[in-house]
Amino acid sequence: MVPLPYYLLLSGILFACGVAGFLIKRNIITIFMSIELMLNGVNLSFVAFAAQWQALSGQVFVFFVMVVAAAEAAVGLAIIIAVYRTRATLNVDKVDLLKL
Amino acid sequence: MTPHLHLWLIPILPLIGATINGVFGKRFSRQTVTGVAWTFSGAAFAMALWVVSQFSSLVLPYTEQLAPWIQAGSFHAEFGFYLDQLTLIMLLIVTGVGFLIHIYSVGYMWEEGGFYRFFSYLNLFLFFMLTLILASNYLLMFIGWEGVGLASYLLIGFWFTKDSAASAGKKAFIVNRIGDFGFLLALFLIIQHFGTLDFTQVTSAVIPYGIEAGGGFLTAIAILLMVGACGKSAQIPLYVWLPDAMEGPTPVSALIHAATMVTAGVYMVSRSHAIFERAPIALTIVAIIGTLTAFFAATIGITQTDIKKVLAYSTVSQLGYMFMACGVAAFSAGIFHLMTHAFFKGLLFLAAGSVIHSVGGEQDMRKMGGLRKKIPWTFWTMTAATFAIAGIPGLSGFFSKDEILWRAYQANWIYWLIGVITAFITSFYMFRLWFMTFFGEYRGEAESGHGHGHDAHGSHGHGDGHGHGGIHESPKVMLIPLVILAFLSVFGGYVGVPAALGGSNHFEKFLAPVFESTLPNQSTTDHAGTPESERGDQITEAELQKYEHKAEKSTELIFTGISVLVGLLGLFLAWLLYYRRPQLPQEIALALGGLYRGVVNKYYVDEIYAAVFVKPLIGISRGVFWHGIDQHVIDATLDDSAAGAREVSGVVRRMQSGNLRSYAGWIAFGAAVVVVYMVWVGTR
Repeated sequence: MVPLPYYLLLSGILFACGVAGFLIKRNIITIFMSIELMLNGVNLSFVAFAAQWQALSGQVFVFFVMVVAAAEAAVGLAIIIAVYRTRATLNVDKVDLLKL
Repeated sequence: MTPHLHLWLIPILPLIGATINGVFGKRFSRQTVTGVAWTFSGAAFAMALWVVSQFSSLVLPYTEQLAPWIQAGSFHAEFGFYLDQLTLIMLLIVTGVGFLIHIYSVGYMWEEGGFYRFFSYLNLFLFFMLTLILASNYLLMFIGWEGVGLASYLLIGFWFTKDSAASAGKKAFIVNRIGDFGFLLALFLIIQHFGTLDFTQVTSAVIPYGIEAGGGFLTAIAILLMVGACGKSAQIPLYVWLPDAMEGPTPVSALIHAATMVTAGVYMVSRSHAIFERAPIALTIVAIIGTLTAFFAATIGITQTDIKKVLAYSTVSQLGYMFMACGVAAFSAGIFHLMTHAFFKGLLFLAAGSVIHSVGGEQDMRKMGGLRKKIPWTFWTMTAATFAIAGIPGLSGFFSKDEILWRAYQANWIYWLIGVITAFITSFYMFRLWFMTFFGEYRGEAESGHGHGHDAHGSHGHGDGHGHGGIHESPKVMLIPLVILAFLSVFGGYVGVPAALGGSNHFEKFLAPVFESTLPNQSTTDHAGTPESERGDQITEAELQKYEHKAEKSTELIFTGISVLVGLLGLFLAWLLYYRRPQLPQEIALALGGLYRGVVNKYYVDEIYAAVFVKPLIGISRGVFWHGIDQHVIDATLDDSAAGAREVSGVVRRMQSGNLRSYAGWIAFGAAVVVVYMVWVGTR
């Protein structure tokens, strides 16, 4: 059996990749995918702990996160389409109308 | 069995009238407004008469607790009403004279704008005045006290577009505020020492105390109450508002500034007689203030040429008499004069209003004259009132003034001397008014040329019904109240004919239970209710018992003779100066020079007050409170904090760049900080 720290390390790496992608990338779809990556990094740590402590609640949480992520994907993609239709770009730096 | 009187209805009725007319009056016709005003003031009068009919079956003092009002610790005040002989007399004066003046006002105000407003205010005044006199504790009385001040302010400034009327209203309000301040302090002292404001409880709490030889808290309370009375009843030094109050419509001057409101101070002092009796210093102050006011106001009255101003100073002077009476602890004599004064001074004002009405708004007596034949009803009723106030024997003013002077003499002959001189001056200026207005030649402009509005408010003008030329008698609706009041002025005094003149002074006997002295260990005389200590100090007790009755009677007759004599002397002098030889007054005025100028200018009191109080106050307000505190502290605090917020946000708003990734960076940075902190906490 793979020891817990390995899982946690992988989870941290996935999350860090997500954060980095979120901060660096300009394409709105890439940013969106980075968010999913962060979520899944967290999910991994949840199931790792659940397996370690033999507790079901971690796995339940993962399902919740997946449900929310699915809903978010639906809404998010719809917003992205709407943004693309009105602004004709997917670059977040160009979508800054709320700036003071 | 004591019937339940529902006293609370008496003040509430006029309030209903005031509300109806105030809220809906604008849409009503004049007839409807009149109907509402008459119904509710008449209903209050009818209630008062009903109370009279029930009076003999009451256990006095009758009290009625309507609802609790304030409860704070052991102190509590109720909405309660109180009825005794004194209240009953005030009740009859206020509702009776008030109702008559409501009738009269319809005629007087018919062509004025704001007809409904006038009657709404007038009813409101009745509500507050009735609250004042029916209250069962000082606090409820204070509500009425302030309320009549409000109504007075509203009615003085009734023609508010006229600058002088608006400022006269303000002046009355502000000067009264000074007096009210004293009244309030007195109430605080009463609460502090007795823990209650209820009349009955205060009186019973005061009874254990003896006479305060020096100053004490009772003296302080009494003096502060007197300060309040000075404001409301226009005594020195706070009398200055009353002459200016003549800017209001004449019925208002009659009701508020002659018959009822200004006598509230006398009522309040009489109501607190248990306190005053124990504070000889305060009583002396009351007597001195009253005497001085009576004298000085009368002297100013001689030189005034505005018919209403003469009457105003006369009112101040007569109120001085009432306080003189209170100051020598002859409270029932004061109340007696209050009643007769309400009759004849109310009548004088109403008749003066009728004169002003008939000559188309002229108030200057120099432009009147010879009106006797043209307005006979007004002339005869005014004659009755003039003779009454001048103290001609047989009329109401004679009895009441004589009673006061006699009591004043018993206390101190100086009061009496000044009182008699004042009586002479009173008689003189009243007959001066009488001769100037009704005798000689008409000195006004040509009879057809006066279409302008009365009370000198030119902008309002007169309607068609009144634009016709010529001096004319007033309508019946104005004359009927005049006749009723004339009747009362002539015969009203017979309820209190002093014993020395063959009467039995029913009035004083009626009031005796109220003013029964609360002081212990004193012999009562035939003048029940007068504290012994205040009168006849020079005679010992035994002598007093023995000789008093006989001696007093003959002395009283001599003094009565003197009063009558000075009254007739005033009449003669006025006849000489203003009828027989009309050029003489000017020569006398010239001969007197500076003295005359001083009196004409009312001793420059207004100017002195302006220089000593008003100007410095305005200066301090402008320099310190406005430019200093308001602009540099209050405004500056707000301005600076607003500027500070703007500067801080100028820096902080740079964070909102609109760049999504920079927001995300801040979030990640924040999350990282939290994680580091938690790790640090966890490993510690």
